Amino acid sequence: MAAVSQLQRQFIDYTTSLYNEGYLDDQFTQLQQLQDESNPDFVVEVVSLFFEDSEKLLNNLATALQQKSVDYNQVDSHVHQFKGSSSSIGAKQVTNVCIHFRNFCEAKNLDGCLRCLQQLRHEYILVRTKLEALFRLEQQILQAGGSVPVME
Amino acid sequence: MSFIHLIGFGLKVGHLVLMLWYSFLTVISLNSSINDSQTKPNKSRKIWMEFLEIFSRNTSEIHHYYQYIGSGKFRKTWWRRLLILWVAFGTILSLWIFWYLRSQALEKRRETLANMCDERARMLQDQFNVSMNHVQAMSILISTFHHGKNPSAIDQETFAKYTERTAFERPLTSGVAYAVRVLDSEREQFEKQQGWTIKKMTPVNKDKYNPEELEPSPIQPEYAPVIFAQDTVAHVISLDMLTGKEDRENVLRARALGKGVLTAPLDLIKSNRLGVILTFAVYKRDLPSNATPEERIEATDGYLGGVFDIESLVEKLLQQLASKQTIYVNVFDTTNISNPISMYGINASDTGLQHVSPLNFGDPSRKHEMRCRFKQKQPWQILAISISFGIFVITSLVGHIFHATENRIAKVEDDYHEMSELKKLAEDADVAKSEFLATVSHEIRTPMNGVLGMLDMLMDTVLDVTQQDYVRTAQASGKALVSLINAVLDQAKIESGKLELEAVRFDLREILDDVLSLFSGKSHEKGIELAVYISAKVPETLIGDPGRFRQIITNLMGNSIKFTEKGHIFVTVHLLEEVMESIDVETEPSSKDTLSGLPVADRNRSWLGFRPASKIVVPSESITLIVSVEDTGVGIPLDAQPRIFTPFMQVGPSIYRIHGGTGIGLSISKCLVNLMNGEIGFDSVPQIGSTFTFTAVFSNPNEQQINGQSKPKSVSEFCNMQAVVVDPRPVRAEVSRYHIQRLGMHVEIASSLNNMLSMLTNGSQTVHVVLIEEEVWDQDTSNSAVFFYKLRNLDQEIPPKLFLLTNSISGSRHINGISSPTVITKPLRVSMLAASLQRAMGTNRNNTRNGEIPKLFLSKLLLGRKILVVDDNNVNLRVAAGALKKYGAEVVCADNGKKAISLLEPPHTFDACFMDIQMPEMDGFQATKNIRKNEVKINKGIQQGNLLLQDYANISNWHVPILAMTADVIQATHEQCLKSGMDGYVSKPFEANQLYQEVSRFFL
Repeated sequence: MAAVSQLQRQFIDYTTSLYNEGYLDDQFTQLQQLQDESNPDFVVEVVSLFFEDSEKLLNNLATALQQKSVDYNQVDSHVHQFKGSSSSIGAKQVTNVCIHFRNFCEAKNLDGCLRCLQQLRHEYILVRTKLEALFRLEQQILQAGGSVPVME
Repeated sequence: MSFIHLIGFGLKVGHLVLMLWYSFLTVISLNSSINDSQTKPNKSRKIWMEFLEIFSRNTSEIHHYYQYIGSGKFRKTWWRRLLILWVAFGTILSLWIFWYLRSQALEKRRETLANMCDERARMLQDQFNVSMNHVQAMSILISTFHHGKNPSAIDQETFAKYTERTAFERPLTSGVAYAVRVLDSEREQFEKQQGWTIKKMTPVNKDKYNPEELEPSPIQPEYAPVIFAQDTVAHVISLDMLTGKEDRENVLRARALGKGVLTAPLDLIKSNRLGVILTFAVYKRDLPSNATPEERIEATDGYLGGVFDIESLVEKLLQQLASKQTIYVNVFDTTNISNPISMYGINASDTGLQHVSPLNFGDPSRKHEMRCRFKQKQPWQILAISISFGIFVITSLVGHIFHATENRIAKVEDDYHEMSELKKLAEDADVAKSEFLATVSHEIRTPMNGVLGMLDMLMDTVLDVTQQDYVRTAQASGKALVSLINAVLDQAKIESGKLELEAVRFDLREILDDVLSLFSGKSHEKGIELAVYISAKVPETLIGDPGRFRQIITNLMGNSIKFTEKGHIFVTVHLLEEVMESIDVETEPSSKDTLSGLPVADRNRSWLGFRPASKIVVPSESITLIVSVEDTGVGIPLDAQPRIFTPFMQVGPSIYRIHGGTGIGLSISKCLVNLMNGEIGFDSVPQIGSTFTFTAVFSNPNEQQINGQSKPKSVSEFCNMQAVVVDPRPVRAEVSRYHIQRLGMHVEIASSLNNMLSMLTNGSQTVHVVLIEEEVWDQDTSNSAVFFYKLRNLDQEIPPKLFLLTNSISGSRHINGISSPTVITKPLRVSMLAASLQRAMGTNRNNTRNGEIPKLFLSKLLLGRKILVVDDNNVNLRVAAGALKKYGAEVVCADNGKKAISLLEPPHTFDACFMDIQMPEMDGFQATKNIRKNEVKINKGIQQGNLLLQDYANISNWHVPILAMTADVIQATHEQCLKSGMDGYVSKPFEANQLYQEVSRFFL
């Protein structure tokens, strides 16, 4: 049991640090609250959907920005998608970068866009690592027979 | 005199013409406007009536009609033409009047002349006739006494004497003479008898006249020597009348006719003056009137002649008439028409007018006439000239007035156009300003949020004390800036009319509690008492814009708290009807009966300027609230009071330094209140305090809906408990009672501890809670201790819980070893009160976190509903679906607009649709438009019977609620939502409260 409670504390600490460091926001909490008995894997499901989408979008963006004549409307709509999905899961930093990205897009600033894409990829990988770590922790708790603490 | 009358008359006529002119123009313009709009004929009559009515009111109002007269060039040329016509008309009129008056005067003059002339002629004729008659009578005398008697009874002497003495009978004769008929055979005898020879009449010089030198008459068949003569003509005795040319003719004619016969005017012998000689024949016997000339000649005895000295005679005659001076009289012998002989008068210069009167001297063969002329020429027709000139002047003046008026109107119109252009420019500028402000503040807000966020994050990093202080200062400044920008944005939105009020259901009491807690910190700092009282008659929930209502209250309270150092701030909410009724009842506001005991400004006076309640027309389902915020602050200086609602106005520059702020709050509040169909007013007494009062109109959700919402769960556990409030101040007690009652408790009020005790001992009820004002408790600590003790020993199963109501947070107090009762810090709020009671009474702590209630109801609302969620973003779709599923809804997902359209093609079983706005291919707006189009088509088909109702689930009016999901909730999007047929919008990700508000509109 001690291991479980330790794991639980670790989980709480980790989650809190994620919030504090600005990787996640309330939306993620709400996401967690949506998960219940009828829908036990909701968060994981949504987040993996997010990962899938994001990778697709990142590729698309990279391709779009490599074109000779960049179609900024297309880029913008990709970024919009990215922004929507990231804000839906509460990946705050990603969302923020998206906002910047859209500004550059509007200004048709290719340099800025490329920089943002870089940043976006970076933030995405960061949040992905963090979330995956979180899920691993969750799995460990569940495997240890404990329950995942509910964050408030 | 008559001249002045005439001018007056002229002026009147002018006025009349003026009126007619106006009416004429008006009718023309009206008719033209009627023709333009081709209205029905009875309308023209109506306009006529209207016209008459207005016309009779006042001519000065007529200028109002000018605006109907066609505009611009057309009217100008019209005017010019009319003006020219008018002037021409005036000229012609004045000329005509001049001519008319002149001819009248001429006519009159002619008439006068004729009258005078005729009068003179008649007189002359009369006198002549008299003389002639007398001469005739004399002829009879001679025939009787000279020829009838033998020897003759008359000799020259007798004759002369007689004629001399009867001369007055013949005023026109200068002398009479009698010549006898002497045949040549009788000449010698006659000459012998008379002692002189018959002499021939020869013209001689007047001076040298000497009868002795005259030649004897040549031998002729007969002679007519004068035998008798009046002394004045004695020189003609012995002259043969037949030798004078005129005389002969006269004599011959006279005896042939038997009547008086006149010679042509001739120079009289000796006197050499112009005269005529009247000759009568004297017959031997009486002849019948039809005697032939031969008979007459044969019977002739002699001839009586009278000399008429016309010149002197006429003169004498005219002298008798006073107005001799005014006319010239000429008498002519016109027997020979081609060469009339002047008998009297001078050839004066021609004065134009002449009148001829015929004279009849009884000799048919001679014609005489009198010609009269005025001595003076006709005088200038001053009257006619002045009248016509006057009329000309009047018409010119009228013309000038019209001209001036027209010019004036044209000028005013030009000015008006200029003004309206300027106005438009100004308005455009104003709109531009507002838009600029809105844009700029919006643009500032976005980076400011970034700055603030960064500062927030910076605060979380490791900073030393100084750095933290800097960051905190920067953050505070940033926040102040953002709130200022928000205020400016609000002002700009209000000015550009873009601010729209929401209409959602909200709980007024909750909002006021929120505001109270917002200010509670500050009020504690300052030691001010803060309280809210809401009348029980105000419904639980209202429909309106809670955010804006809250903003107004926050503004007013913020001001109050800014300017209040001691005392209280008291917010009261009533129904307007309630207040209006009570005004009549409680006339004297007891100044001491206030929350903190300090005097306050008169609340009633703050709404003096409001419209009377009876005049406020509101729909029956709406509710007018009257909210007062009363403080005991510094008050507003009297000179600053009138401009208190002006934007950016502050009492003085020092205020800003002391209290900060922009002075925009009240102006925004006023606008917001106006948007809520309310009014705002205040009363303020310097150094006493201010009371702001405003009204706002909300709609009342219907009964059914009220019942559908039960009271919050946390409240129910205190239901039917009995509480007693000990407070000597009725107002404050009332406030406490209000809050406690909200928990469902029964409340009684005792004014002192002793009262309370007696109430407890006498009353049969069990008292669960006693709330005591701190002031009462501290007043007499020993008494309090006794009370505390007694309370413990009451024979109740559970002794009442004791609470102290206090303003300031201070350490727990101990009175003579008794532990102090639980302290409840004011301001009272229902949640805080409930929490305190729960804590003290040990009831289970319930999680009353914000948002719990909507979530609960959301589940109720959404349970089993079939909802379509449309979003191209898989993650979003999943999350939204998850959230809705959480509330028990059955969710179907679609990842683009086209799918949504086909899914929502009636008949379907969806209860609602949440639609993302920004989607590739077809965005949410377009999709919604298509869905609505389909629905309308099918509804129409069902109505017309083309489609079977059974095929469409027996629903004849398809309209699925569609809510937009949008990440950025801005006004433009909202409008666009409604325009494209959506029913509302929710922010993405879902926020429970908002979701509830939107969904409740359809599912409740």
